[in-house]
Amino acid sequence: MSDMQTWLEMGGYARFIWPAYLAAALVLGVLAIASVCRLRRLHRALARLESETERAR
Amino acid sequence: MHRFANPARFQRIADPLLPWLAVATVAAFAIGLVWGLRVSPLDYKQSETVRIMYVHVPAAWMALATYTVIALASAASLVWRHPLADIAARAASPLGAGFTLIALITGSLWGKPMWGTWWVWDARLTSVLILFFLYLGHIALAHAFDDPQRGARAAALLALVGAVNLPIIKFSVDWWNTLHQPASVFRMDGPTIDAAMLGPLFVMALAYLLFFVTMLLLRMKSELLGARLRALQINRAMR
Repeated sequence: MSDMQTWLEMGGYARFIWPAYLAAALVLGVLAIASVCRLRRLHRALARLESETERAR
Repeated sequence: MHRFANPARFQRIADPLLPWLAVATVAAFAIGLVWGLRVSPLDYKQSETVRIMYVHVPAAWMALATYTVIALASAASLVWRHPLADIAARAASPLGAGFTLIALITGSLWGKPMWGTWWVWDARLTSVLILFFLYLGHIALAHAFDDPQRGARAAALLALVGAVNLPIIKFSVDWWNTLHQPASVFRMDGPTIDAAMLGPLFVMALAYLLFFVTMLLLRMKSELLGARLRALQINRAMR
């Protein structure tokens, strides 16, 4: 059995350890992506509104 | 602290910091993951499952720390009407909810092989579940009013009342008989866990902390942009 395989099996606890890391990564990932997307969306909306206001003058 | 109260000054300070914070967060997670998953030794009782500790314990610490930040910001908002305090509280609560969720899920994944059960209704687990619901309540309340100021006030009151839960969580393992083990890092007589495990634990804790600071600044920027957008829209509708 290769070294890599032994490591992935985590002494028989793979089915608890990997899901724990996966869950943490998912939660943090969703928070990060949602926060960045919201900032970008607001930037775009604000730029659009400001240029429209500029033209209306 | 009032030096940072000005939103324009906040932007000037936060903008150059954000890329560095983001890089530091990724680096800390990379080091922490390799150290915790590959290099660090096994525990003689828990064997490999000790590795769950490296994602679980820092998440639980941050769940408490984030709520403390929200409670302090709420107090600042109610007492001094600090303009950034409400924004900080609003920006922080989804992050706190995320940390608490991670602590609950990973704790349960550790509990099954080690305690023989996914969940018990003991003092520690129940008080952390209540913390999760407090976060959800805070998020809902902050967005429940058309007038953001009223929402912020209601949410700040909830955050302060809920702060009573913090010492209950921290000391639940000492006050009651629970399945959850007592503190082994932050104790009066020093840490009782081995240095080989303390290393990756602290790097992961640093990574979580950096993640929190980065996301908090970024989300506060969004809150400020959102407020400006609302003001412009109202201004335009009035004309």
